[in-house]
Amino acid sequence: MEWLNWFKSFENTKPVAMIIFFTCFCMVLFYLYGSKKRGERLESYRDIPLMDDNQDVKGAK
Amino acid sequence: MAAVGTATIEQYNYDIVRKFSIMALFWAVIGMAMGVFIASQLAWPFLNMDPWFTFGRLRPIHTGGVIFGFGGCALFATSYYVVQRTCQTRLFADGLASFTFWGWQLIIVLAASSYVLGYSQGKEYAEMEWPIDLLITVVWVAYIAVFVGTVMKRKQPHIYVANWFYIVFLLAVALLHLGNGLAVPVSLTTMKSYPLFSGAQDAMIQWWYGHNAVGFFLTAAFLGMMYYYVPKQAGRPIYSYRLSIVHFWALSFMYMWAGPHHLHWTALPDWVSTMGATFSIMLLLPSWGGMINGIMTLSGAWDKLRTDPIMRFMIVALSFYGMSTFEGPMMSLKDVNALSHYTDWTVGHVHSGALGWVAMISFGALYHMIPRLWDTKLYSTKLVTVHFWLATIGILLYITAMWISGIMQGLMWRAFDDFGNLQYSFAETVAAMHPFYVMRALGGLVFVSGMLVMAYNCWMTISQGKAAEAGPAPVAA
Repeated sequence: MEWLNWFKSFENTKPVAMIIFFTCFCMVLFYLYGSKKRGERLESYRDIPLMDDNQDVKGAK
Repeated sequence: MAAVGTATIEQYNYDIVRKFSIMALFWAVIGMAMGVFIASQLAWPFLNMDPWFTFGRLRPIHTGGVIFGFGGCALFATSYYVVQRTCQTRLFADGLASFTFWGWQLIIVLAASSYVLGYSQGKEYAEMEWPIDLLITVVWVAYIAVFVGTVMKRKQPHIYVANWFYIVFLLAVALLHLGNGLAVPVSLTTMKSYPLFSGAQDAMIQWWYGHNAVGFFLTAAFLGMMYYYVPKQAGRPIYSYRLSIVHFWALSFMYMWAGPHHLHWTALPDWVSTMGATFSIMLLLPSWGGMINGIMTLSGAWDKLRTDPIMRFMIVALSFYGMSTFEGPMMSLKDVNALSHYTDWTVGHVHSGALGWVAMISFGALYHMIPRLWDTKLYSTKLVTVHFWLATIGILLYITAMWISGIMQGLMWRAFDDFGNLQYSFAETVAAMHPFYVMRALGGLVFVSGMLVMAYNCWMTISQGKAAEAGPAPVAA
């Protein structure tokens, strides 16, 4: 279990954390903007609040 | 349309949303009026009435009243409304939702009563002693169950982004409350308790809580509000759904680390302080991304800013959000913080966020929602305009006074004479700030006046809706 001591040093863990978090961020960006088809599907969800417009009550119109 | 309205009311649980909306208005008036009173106590100290009505005991009633009373009730109301409408399903467990309403009101009343009597943990925004903390935990778990239960039985396959923001708010607040509330009661028969942590660790836990109360209670949850009500009021979808997802993940991840910037130049290790500042600076990006996303929703319909005062509330709220999220990272820089910390500049910054962002977006959401809840039209659009200008002028007076007062205070504290002695005594700095304390109280008074106009407008709207529901009075033979 000696290898666990490597994690005790901030000099090691800080760059590792940065690599992990930055990779996650890049993956999120790739998921969102990497595919045109997926992008169109995701953008279609922005209409959800407006879907119930026909259920609004009389005062709203 | 009336038939459709009736169907909507049966489909959704609007009763609980109505109750929370009314209480949001009630607590707004109480909490903000208390703010004006304590601001006046600072300007005119004779208003402090020992021991119950001193600034120290009344201040948490103001903060608790506006954050948990007004803000909390507005969030309960809007989250229950938004989750039903975007999931196209009725709220899960009506009885449990009703329990959250009565439980939350009880918490606010108990907390306020305990502060007047002198019970306080001494932790900012978490002054409640342990029995009230336990009650908060029970109500919060019920709230999570109602919200998540509704999401789980949704008819709309996708979970709209506003609900994601509400969910992260629910989970983060639970985590923060449990972490910061860890305390050992003196005995089971007394209110008094002592925190589990001490020294710098206790301070760090408190500001991990304190900053994330701002981040998740006062920002993430109100962003959930923004992502539903801005598109609804504008009648057009959010500018970019993908940007809202980046906004959600970046904001949720980064806020958790920013708390140490409240403890610069203290016993906190320097690297923790630096980390807090670094994450605060990075937070500027998601914050401004979200602000741009909200404002650009109006792209192509900017005329609404001229014609629709509710839309004006929302867009000005987003502008204040942008301004506060620029000012915050700037104040988190150690050199800027050396001047700003412990001064009124911080108070001004908090209020530009609390009044400009949180209150303004809530006003917009409530003005949008209340007529729909009571199946009627808004009583007066002109009064909304009057409210808008009173609120805007009130905020500007407040934050300008605090900026001048705070920066002057910081500069006076660090001024030295030719012999290396402090140039000003503490009492001299207080005397110099007095005109700005008066100006702040005046700004608050103007803001509360607007709030009273809103309460009257909503009261008349609700009365109008109730009268229409009762039907026309029978004609005498």
